[in-house]
Amino acid sequence: RRRDSPPPPPQDSVERIVEDAAMDLSLNPFSSGTRLRDMIRAIRASKTAAEERAVVRRECAAIRAAISDNDQDYRHRNMAKLMFIHMLGYPTHFGQMECLKLIAASGFPEKRIGYLGLTLLLDERQEVLMLVTNSLKQDLNHSNQFIVGLALCALGNICSAEMARDLAPEVERLLQTRDPNTKKKAALCSIRIVRKVPDLAENFMGSAASLLKEKHHGVLISVVQLCTELCKASREALEYLRKHSVEGLVRILRDVSNSSYAPEYDIAGITDPFLHIRVLRLMRTLGQGDADCSEHVNDILAQVATKTESNKNAGNAILYECVETIMGIEATSGLRVLAINILGRFLSNRDNNIRYVALNMLMKAMAVDTLAVQRHRVTILECVKDADVSIRKRALELVYLLVNDTNVKPLTKELVDYLEVSDDDFKEDLTAKICSIVEKFSQDKLWYLDQMFKVLTLTGNFVKDDVWHALIVLISNAPELQGYSVRSLYKALQASGTQESLVRVAVWCIGEYGEMLVNNISMLDVEEPITVTESDAVDALELALKRYSVDVTTRAMCLVALLKLSSRFPQTSKRIQAIVVQNKGNTVLELQQRSIEFNSIIQRHQSIKSSLLERMPVLDEASYLLKRAASSQATVSLTKSAPSAASGGSLKVPNGAVKPPPAPLADLLDLSSDDAPVTTSAPSTAPNDFLQDLLGIGLIDTSTAGGAPSASTDILMDLLSIGSYPVQNGLPATSNIGSPGQAVTKHAPGTPQVIDLLDGLSPSTPLPDVNAAYPSITAFQSATLKMTFNFKKQPGKPQETTMHASFTNLTSVTLTNFMFQAAVPKFIQLRLDPASSSTLPASGNGSITQSLSVTNNQHGQKPLAMRIRISYKVNGEDRLEQGQISNFPAGL
Amino acid sequence: MQCSFVEHRNYKVVYRRYASLFFLVGVDNDENELAILEFIHLLVETMDRHFGNVCELDIMFHLEKVHFMLEEMVMNGCIVETSKQNILAPIQLMEKTS
Repeated sequence: RRRDSPPPPPQDSVERIVEDAAMDLSLNPFSSGTRLRDMIRAIRASKTAAEERAVVRRECAAIRAAISDNDQDYRHRNMAKLMFIHMLGYPTHFGQMECLKLIAASGFPEKRIGYLGLTLLLDERQEVLMLVTNSLKQDLNHSNQFIVGLALCALGNICSAEMARDLAPEVERLLQTRDPNTKKKAALCSIRIVRKVPDLAENFMGSAASLLKEKHHGVLISVVQLCTELCKASREALEYLRKHSVEGLVRILRDVSNSSYAPEYDIAGITDPFLHIRVLRLMRTLGQGDADCSEHVNDILAQVATKTESNKNAGNAILYECVETIMGIEATSGLRVLAINILGRFLSNRDNNIRYVALNMLMKAMAVDTLAVQRHRVTILECVKDADVSIRKRALELVYLLVNDTNVKPLTKELVDYLEVSDDDFKEDLTAKICSIVEKFSQDKLWYLDQMFKVLTLTGNFVKDDVWHALIVLISNAPELQGYSVRSLYKALQASGTQESLVRVAVWCIGEYGEMLVNNISMLDVEEPITVTESDAVDALELALKRYSVDVTTRAMCLVALLKLSSRFPQTSKRIQAIVVQNKGNTVLELQQRSIEFNSIIQRHQSIKSSLLERMPVLDEASYLLKRAASSQATVSLTKSAPSAASGGSLKVPNGAVKPPPAPLADLLDLSSDDAPVTTSAPSTAPNDFLQDLLGIGLIDTSTAGGAPSASTDILMDLLSIGSYPVQNGLPATSNIGSPGQAVTKHAPGTPQVIDLLDGLSPSTPLPDVNAAYPSITAFQSATLKMTFNFKKQPGKPQETTMHASFTNLTSVTLTNFMFQAAVPKFIQLRLDPASSSTLPASGNGSITQSLSVTNNQHGQKPLAMRIRISYKVNGEDRLEQGQISNFPAGL
Repeated sequence: MQCSFVEHRNYKVVYRRYASLFFLVGVDNDENELAILEFIHLLVETMDRHFGNVCELDIMFHLEKVHFMLEEMVMNGCIVETSKQNILAPIQLMEKTS
C-alpha cells in the first residue's frame, strides 16, 4: 500500500520501516503486522519522545485489536512486544489476560512466554493472578520437566500468600524428584512460600536438611538458601537445622574449598564462590548465639580465612563473608584476631570497593571488639576525606561510633578542620554529625561553645534549629561563660555574617548580654580584651537587621535584641527607636507588629521598660533536654496567642508564677483530664504533668525571648513564645455564671466536663456522722490571695453545711471587681450569698467574706468537693484564678 | 576508581559498567556486595557464551531470551545456578526444537 505523499520517506525513519513491514504482508495492516524485531527497530529509530510514543501507541492499538479478536497466531509475538513496551515504561495491563490464555495453551513456547509475561507484567497484588492457580497446579504435575520448571519459576517469583498455601503440597512433593533442575527450582520456590506463609516452615525443614547431602551445586546452593530462609521464618526450624545440618555444612564447605579445578564452576581460580558465600551465611545464622554450633564451624572458618586468595574479587567476596560470619557467631579470640587482620588489610587496599566493604565490616566489628577498631582510627579518619562519596559517608558514620571521652577532642578538631574544605553536599552530613558529637560530650562547656561557634561560622546554614536552640539553653545556664560567648559571637559576626544560625545566636546573645560585651565583664584567661562601644553593638545589630539576611525569623530576633539594648544602653535608645520604627510599614505582619509595639514601649512606657526587659530567666536545661528527647509535637493552638504574647517582651506576670488553668484549656484541648491540679499551695507543685508538659507552663516562667513565634514547632520555641498565660483569653465572666445570690450548680461553658470530672472522684469510705464542729481550712491560696472556710452544721441536718468564706489579699495592690464563683458535683446543691464587698484592700488590710450553704445529697457516701473560680481586676487588668478544693474536713 | 556501590534509603545499588552499558542490581543492606559484582560478571559471561560476543543490540532484540536466561539464574532474589552450562542447557534445547 502506497502513501499518497509525494517524496518517499528517508531510509531509516520510522515510517519507512513500518511501510516496509506493511508491504511485506498481504494481510490487513490491523492484524499486528510488524514483527517484534521491526517494532524494536522502529522504536530505536525514533528521534524524539513523541515519535516513540506514536509507535508504541500504534503497536498497542494493534495488539488490543488482536486481543479482542482473540487472535491465536500472533499471541506469542504480541506478548513479546508487550514485554518490550512494558520495559520502556508504558502501561500494559490490557495484556494481562493474554498471559493467562498463553499459559493455558498446550505448546511449550506459548507457555514459556505466557509465564514470563505473567512474572513481568503482573505482581502479586493483581487479582488476575488467582486465575492462574489452576493452570499452575496442572503444570506442576506435568510430565514434561521443563514445563514443571516453568511453573515453579513463575510461582517462585510472584505467588501470593493464598496461592502459596494452595500449592505448597505440590512443591513439597517436587522437592523429592530425581531431576536436579526441578529440585533446585522447587527449593527456591519453597523459599517464597515460606516467606509468604511462615507457618509452613516446619513442612520443609526435613526435606531441606536431607537435601544437603546432594552433590549438584545448583541444588546445594538453592537448598542452603532455603535453610537460611527457614531459620528466619521459624524458631523450631532453626533448632532443627542446628541439630541436623551443621556437620553437613562443614563438609560442603570443606569439599568445595579443597576441590580441584572444576571448569564449570570456576571463577578466578576458586570453585563456585557463590556456594562458599551462601554456606558461610547459613553458618552465621546457625551459629549466632549458639556456642556448640560455633565450635563446630571454627576450624573450617579458620581454613577459609587463611587459605583464600585475596588478589581477585571473588576471593575477597568470600573473605568478606567469612569475616562477617566470624563477627556474628561466638568465635574464639584467635579467630577474631584473624578477622580483624583481614579487615585491616582491606582497609588499606587501593580498590574503593574493598575499602567500602571494610568500613562496613568495621561498623559491625564495633559491637564485638571496639579496641581493635580504635586502632584503625587514623585510617578511618583519612577515609572521611576520601574522594569517593560512598566511602566518605561510611567513614563518617564509623567515626561517629568511635568517639569516646579520650579521643573526642582531637577527632572533633580533625572533623571541623575538614568541614572547611569539604563539598557542599557533604557539609550537611558532616555538620550534623559534628554537632551531635559535640553535644554528647558537652560537659566541658567552654570546649563545647568553641566548637559550636566554629561550626556556626563555617556552616551555620546547615545547622538544624534544635541544635542552636540547645546552644542558647546552655549559654543561659552558664553565667560564667556568657561574657565569653557574647564576645566570641560578636567577633564571629564581624568576620562573616553569611551564616544564618550564627547571626541568630549572635544577635540573641548581644541583646541579652550586651552590657557584658561592652564592659568586658567576666573575661576568661584565654581572651584578649576587645573594645566594643554601645554604639558598636547597635551597629552590629543594625547590620544584621538590614543586610545580613532577608529571613523573617532573624530580623524579628534583631528587633527584640535592639529593644533589649535600648533598655541596657539607655543612651542609644533614641537611635534604636529610629531603627525600629523603619519597619513600621513592613509588609511582613510579624515585623510590622513588633516594630510598632516596640516603638511604643520605647516611647511611652519608660517606667515598665526596664522590668520588661530584664535578663531572661534561666532556661531549664534538664527539662528542655528531656522534652527535646521526647520531641513531642505539642504545638497546641494556644501558642498562636504568640503575636500578642511575643510583643510583651519578657513580660513578668504580676501574679508571680503562673498557675495552669485546667478547665478552659482542657476544653480547648478537648481533654478529659482526670488529674485536675489541686491548687491549695504554690502552683509549681501542681501535678498535672501532662498538661504542663504540653504547654511548658509551670516549669518555666512565661517569658518571651527573641525566639521567633512563626513556623517552628520546637518545644523551646513553645516555651519562648508563650507569653503571659492566656489570662486575657480566660473564660469571660458571662452572665450565666452564678453571681452571688443565685444558686450555682453550673460553671460556664466548661462546666459539664468539670462536673463529670468531679463525679469521677472515687468516694472515700463513708465517714461517721459527727456533729462536732469542723475545723476551718485554707481552701485556696495563691501568691495573690488566700481563702479560708469556716464550717457550721446544724444538728439533725447532717447533709447541710453552712460555710463562711473569707478572702485576704496578700499583695500590695488592691484588687477590684472581686468575684467568687463555685461549682459542685451533681449530688450537691450550692447556694451562694452575696459577698460583703467587691474590693479587696491590699496587704490584708481587710477581707471579703461570703456565705455559702451546701447540701450533700449523698452525704456519707461521697465527700464534698468544690471547684472555685475567682476573678478580679488589678490596675484595670482582668485576672482569673481557679482551683479545686478537696481538703474539706471529713463528714461534710 | 569510583566505588561501585550506591546507597539509597535502606537499599543498596550495585552497578558495573561494560563500555556503554550499565548493569544495576538492587539489594538489601545485608547482602554481600562483592558477590553481587561477581554475579553481574557471571551474567555477562553467560550471555556472551550464548550470543557470542554479546552486545547491546543482542540484548535489545532478544529480550525474552535474556529474561529466560536470567530466570535460570535468579529466582525471587536468590541465586539458582552458577554453572553456565547448566544455565544455558534448557535454553539451547528450546532453540533447537523451535
